[in-house]
Amino acid sequence: MTGHWIIAPVILPALLAPMMVLLMRQDLRLQRVFGLGGTLLLLGIAVGLMQSASVNPPQVYRLGDWPAPFGIVLVLDRLAALMLVLTGGLALIVQVYAVSTKWDARGRHFHVLFLFQLMGLNGAFLTGDAFNLFVFFEVLLIASYGLMIHGGGRERLRAGVQYVAFNLVGSTLFLFGLATIYSVTGTLNLADLAVKVAALPEGDFALIRVAGVLLLLVFAVKGALVPLHFWLPATYANAPGPVAALFAVMTKVGAYAMIRTGTLVFPPDTSATGGMFADLLLPAALITLIVGAIGVLGAGTLPRMVAFAAIASMGTVFIAIAQFTPGATAAALYYTVHSTLATAALFLIADLVLARRASGSLRHALPAMAQGGLIAGLFFATAIAVAGMPPLSGFLGKLTILQATRADAPVIWSVILITSLILILGLARAGSLMFWKAHQSAEPPERHRPDRMAFASIAALLSVLIALTLFAQPVFDYTTATAVQLDDPADYIAANALPAGGGRP
Amino acid sequence: MEALVASAVGCMTAAGVYLMLRQRTFPVILGLAMLSYAVNLFIFASGRLMLNAAPILREGGAGYSDPLTQALVLTAIVISFAMTALIVIMALGAWLETGDDRIDMDDAE
Repeated sequence: MTGHWIIAPVILPALLAPMMVLLMRQDLRLQRVFGLGGTLLLLGIAVGLMQSASVNPPQVYRLGDWPAPFGIVLVLDRLAALMLVLTGGLALIVQVYAVSTKWDARGRHFHVLFLFQLMGLNGAFLTGDAFNLFVFFEVLLIASYGLMIHGGGRERLRAGVQYVAFNLVGSTLFLFGLATIYSVTGTLNLADLAVKVAALPEGDFALIRVAGVLLLLVFAVKGALVPLHFWLPATYANAPGPVAALFAVMTKVGAYAMIRTGTLVFPPDTSATGGMFADLLLPAALITLIVGAIGVLGAGTLPRMVAFAAIASMGTVFIAIAQFTPGATAAALYYTVHSTLATAALFLIADLVLARRASGSLRHALPAMAQGGLIAGLFFATAIAVAGMPPLSGFLGKLTILQATRADAPVIWSVILITSLILILGLARAGSLMFWKAHQSAEPPERHRPDRMAFASIAALLSVLIALTLFAQPVFDYTTATAVQLDDPADYIAANALPAGGGRP
Repeated sequence: MEALVASAVGCMTAAGVYLMLRQRTFPVILGLAMLSYAVNLFIFASGRLMLNAAPILREGGAGYSDPLTQALVLTAIVISFAMTALIVIMALGAWLETGDDRIDMDDAE
């Protein structure tokens, strides 16, 4: 039985982080031990929960044993478990990198904020209550604000203010959307919402549509969909490398929330909203992919280029999500896992380059750097993954997305294929400028400590990508089963054990 | 009463959006605070407005005001208060560090 373990991914960091602030404020080594230990434990719990979720129907944990829809519930299903494992795995690798490059020593409380960020992420993936989703968004955001300006510096602080302001607007929109939903349906429990929205009288359609669009906007801000992506390049490019790598999973929270609400609360066969989400989402996703690819080609610095690669990957994910069919959702989930890890690896490589060179400029060639050959090799492999070329998992991910979008082939296929070409060009241009042209300068490279664990953590990310390719079939089996589970939310709703009458009508 | 509450929410949202589009951090923060006031009032109103009703439930009483929205609004107030405090500190830090309080970035290179 899973029982109380469902809440462990939230409770563990919530207890560990304050303890670290109170008891080991001055001792970085202890903080490292507890931080890494905590993340490792979280990964272990997540894997255990995934095991349980893959054999059981959705399971509900009632906080304080109050029944839904009046109490707050956490729901563990396949999707939540997948995202938990992804978060835990990425966090562990990134944290090892941050320790080995001493990023965590450049400011205070890195590990504390890191754990709080994980708490927010895990909570957002687990919660079965829309308002609680907002609360966990705020938890992960407030930790991310601290992480984003970790280490300080002019540009970083200024980008941080922008980032906070943008997300505060997003939070306000979220609250407007939730209040509208509550005023129409009288509930905020997701399962209860699914029942109530499906049975809504026609007079309330307009209001619930407004609420749906507000939520869509919020998730688009989180997922950096194009008209609302402005915060991402400056934030990710100015954040510390390991933090930007962890943020790679933060945009996926937007994708997760979109999948959850789009399949559970507003499925395409609901008469109130119909295909509204797909109609709005698909054009935005296509433009996101185009903007991201052009940004990769035109970016002036390496971190900005990686940030645009992250935007492009979100575009691809949202194209698949916008289909709202089980096949496309399964492909979207596979690509989500792949692109999170690939983007994170690219951010870490950018950080390695920035640690060895004065600037990450992509406008002109700079002198060679220490361990340049190894970094170039890692960049090459990661670029293949990001662009979606064979033999790495990006190719399989894009292939299945193409397969799932066959109905709209002329538009979607051409956008995905042409942007892939632009991505390849952009990454190839950056790589040749950074690594090949470096040899034009006669200066010997500055010496730099070869931090083995940093390279090992990037290699670990790459080896997970290779594993995703080699074991694509089992992974696809899991994501397909997940998509089927999402497509028929009856089990999810049944797990909440709603009373017959429900809350206030 | 509905018209009063609705126009209050509308006015505060309009003022908040206008202030947020300004160039300096101080008006932007004021605008964010204004928006959060507007949304708090909006959440409160989403539980329906009523006068002289019991706060939660009364034995045999007919109407009662929705307690859930009050709880939601309380959470939202706490969160927006904390976020406003945080952005004030960050804006101060950025101002001390860079010497000006513009919100936009220089053309990034």
